[in-house]
Amino acid sequence: MSKPLKQIHLAAHFPGVNNTTVWSDPEVGSHIEFSSFAHFARTAERARFDFLFLAEGLRLREQGGEIYDLDVVGRPDTFTVLAALAAVTERIGLTGTINSTFNEPYEVARQFASLDHLSGGRAAWNVVTSWDAFTGENFRRGGFLAQDDRYSRAEQFLRTSWELFDSWQDDEIVADTESGRFLRDPRAGEFHHRDQHFDIAGRFNVPRSPQGRPVIFQAGDSEEGREFAAATADAIFSRHSTLDAGRAFYTDVKDRLARHQRTRDELLILPAATFVLGDTDAEARDRAHDVRRAQVSGQTAIKYLEQLWNRDLSGYDPDGPLPEIDPDPGEHTVARGRASVRMFRDPLATAKEWRQKAEAGGLSIRELVIETTGRQTFVGSPSTVATTINDFVQADASDGFILVPHVTPGGLDAFADTVVPLLQERGVFRHDYEGSTLRDHLGLDRPPARNSTRSNDSTKKAAS
Amino acid sequence: MSASLNPLHLAVALDDAGWHPAAWREPGARPRDLLTAGYWADAVAEAERGLLDFVTFEDSLALQSAGRTGPDDRTDQVRGRLDAVLVAARVAPLTTHIGLVPTAVATHTEPFHLSKAIATLDYVSSGRAGLRVRVSARPDEAAHFGRRSFPPFGAAEPGGPHVPDLVTELYDEAADYVEVVRRLWDSWEDDAEIREVATGRFIDRNKLHYADFHGRHFSVKGPSITPRPPQGQPVVTALADSAVPYRLVARAADVGYVTAHDADEARTVVAAVRAEQEAAGRNDDTVHVFGDLVVFLDERPGVARTRRDRLDALAGETWTSDAEVFTGTPSQLADLLLERRRAGLTGFRLRPATIGRDLPAITRGLVPELQARGAFRRSYEARTLRGLLGLPRPANRYATAATAVTAATAGITGAAGTVGA
Repeated sequence: MSKPLKQIHLAAHFPGVNNTTVWSDPEVGSHIEFSSFAHFARTAERARFDFLFLAEGLRLREQGGEIYDLDVVGRPDTFTVLAALAAVTERIGLTGTINSTFNEPYEVARQFASLDHLSGGRAAWNVVTSWDAFTGENFRRGGFLAQDDRYSRAEQFLRTSWELFDSWQDDEIVADTESGRFLRDPRAGEFHHRDQHFDIAGRFNVPRSPQGRPVIFQAGDSEEGREFAAATADAIFSRHSTLDAGRAFYTDVKDRLARHQRTRDELLILPAATFVLGDTDAEARDRAHDVRRAQVSGQTAIKYLEQLWNRDLSGYDPDGPLPEIDPDPGEHTVARGRASVRMFRDPLATAKEWRQKAEAGGLSIRELVIETTGRQTFVGSPSTVATTINDFVQADASDGFILVPHVTPGGLDAFADTVVPLLQERGVFRHDYEGSTLRDHLGLDRPPARNSTRSNDSTKKAAS
Repeated sequence: MSASLNPLHLAVALDDAGWHPAAWREPGARPRDLLTAGYWADAVAEAERGLLDFVTFEDSLALQSAGRTGPDDRTDQVRGRLDAVLVAARVAPLTTHIGLVPTAVATHTEPFHLSKAIATLDYVSSGRAGLRVRVSARPDEAAHFGRRSFPPFGAAEPGGPHVPDLVTELYDEAADYVEVVRRLWDSWEDDAEIREVATGRFIDRNKLHYADFHGRHFSVKGPSITPRPPQGQPVVTALADSAVPYRLVARAADVGYVTAHDADEARTVVAAVRAEQEAAGRNDDTVHVFGDLVVFLDERPGVARTRRDRLDALAGETWTSDAEVFTGTPSQLADLLLERRRAGLTGFRLRPATIGRDLPAITRGLVPELQARGAFRRSYEARTLRGLLGLPRPANRYATAATAVTAATAGITGAAGTVGA
């Protein structure tokens, strides 16, 4: 008897501000208007996806001292869009990226608890960190956090938030109009939290929400990121280009769970994935080639190279060879507000690697950048893509995928109409939602409230 | 309708089961639904049926309390609430005309976050967003953030030694906060997104602007990450019950809510706000001064009084408010509103004592009464909240920098605000 088929989890990421969104495509609509988000969310819900996902930005990106103008710029507020989407959908989970550096736990916890109430238990939080003074210039605290402290703040932020979520019991609201008793416990919501980053106390003002706590997501591939996820997250997403890399990551992260007294089912691995579909595999490959060319124009290639070189390269021909001069190894100041900058920890070594790659393949600047950045995860006919996705999941390279289309908002439609039915036929994806909350969809338990301290105090007081 | 009188504006303030602390015990109060989307959607739909200009959503960063200094241990009143901006966003796609005005606390939140949240509320509601800005000097709210602390004070000690300075400081901070929020709304020109395939440019970066605000409590660089909202500037409102907040309204708001208790007081308050408005150089801007009233409303004389007495008995005290508490019939309330309008108020924000009874009494009793007197709209005449309030869509402060010189030369600076309405 073979082992039972794993069920695939699928989600959709509304693409944001980077060069993978092909805004020049005539089919691309607004990335600001609510109708785009509503279309995207309804498509994902029609396809029975687990959740949709919105990213966040807190400072417009700049390069060479100017606002970056080649990619999509601008996005609406995450919480506000998710709350509005709760009105036009019924079951799909609503996941938002919220930064733990430029927010405070009391406010974020009440926003997520509110979203969970207003959506009937569909809220999820992707916890991200930042530390840079560039982003901090938009906030009261400024760039106050040392880079090394960002995960400690994030973890303490999250633990503080859990304390707030758990500060109300499930049955706290009695609302007995006869007796006049509204609240069961006069001290509902009481909390006191003190650690390296937060010293706050009082009463949390949102009663316990349908999921108890929102689902927690964490992104990132660094050692600290993996450990943070293993300790705290319900799901992790990252990006891996090969099956083997995916399996290695999967095993590594799942193996860490035991150290945190958690089982292997308590953390889902959901990598981000792009896709290009065609009637045949050959047609999809041609289309993927065109999409990559649209994603990386000559200008975009030069701008990308400037981020590594840390120099003005506007004089170079994108269809010519890589610059012979070396990157400026100083502080990265050319590009600001970009996550990708952090990837270039050793620019000289990376540049050397890129030069070798370009020479070996006879690649121009643009071709090299396309090779380096523009690769789609799944390319093929619906049947091929369904098979590949299923292979990844059954081989434990992931528990599912967060799909990122390159067209907004209709880029998900074809996937919903052609790939999803094939996965359903193969018995690896749901035909309908079985529960009403996101925790239900993901197979995660609802955490119990943990305000035993308060109950004990009350008992002691009553006894004395 | 008489040409000499502007149309009367009407809003309702939504809070829990209503403003009376025992409102949740009234029949039809739905006290177990206060944390559900359906409860708020129903209330706002009712307000929209009554053609009201907007609803406000109360909020705070602390648990509700009968005391002003901190939390209490009472179990006989509603405790627990949802974030007002999210409630407003949740009901936006379910409504089409009514303005949505959530409360936000300037003292502890980030103007950058709030600016994009209200801009986004404007997008999801197609131009119906507003903001009611609040300050908080409560020590318990400050302790929830752990970043600043305030001396205890309350209604019992209004003349405490630190209070006047602190109040002034907090309102000055709120004025800075609104200034930043407004600059961020303008930080994108309306046509900044160009999607110019020929040059590969998605935006014209020359049409994006840094807010570059540097103040005592915070600095904000900008630009916003959210493009300029549909209304250009969503409607900013604030409650004003004394001289310091009058100044905030006059300097920074489009609508102020005042708590005058009779026509004479209304006249005095309006004059005070107008004087501050002149001092702030905003004579050319429309600043609405709304009267705030708690209402117990019933068609039959005496019924509202009986209900109020019954609720007071349930609450165990004669309840009062900072605003006048009106008890009577729609006809009597219409008389009062029209009298106060003659005293200079331009509209009213009614606080239903109970949402279950008094909100429908406003929409189905008071509104027809005002319509019959030619004092209130019979259908929504504009698609945006600014439109309903007679506020033009303002020109972008950054976009007009270059053309303002021309306008001033031509002597039409004051008309610049009507562009694009």
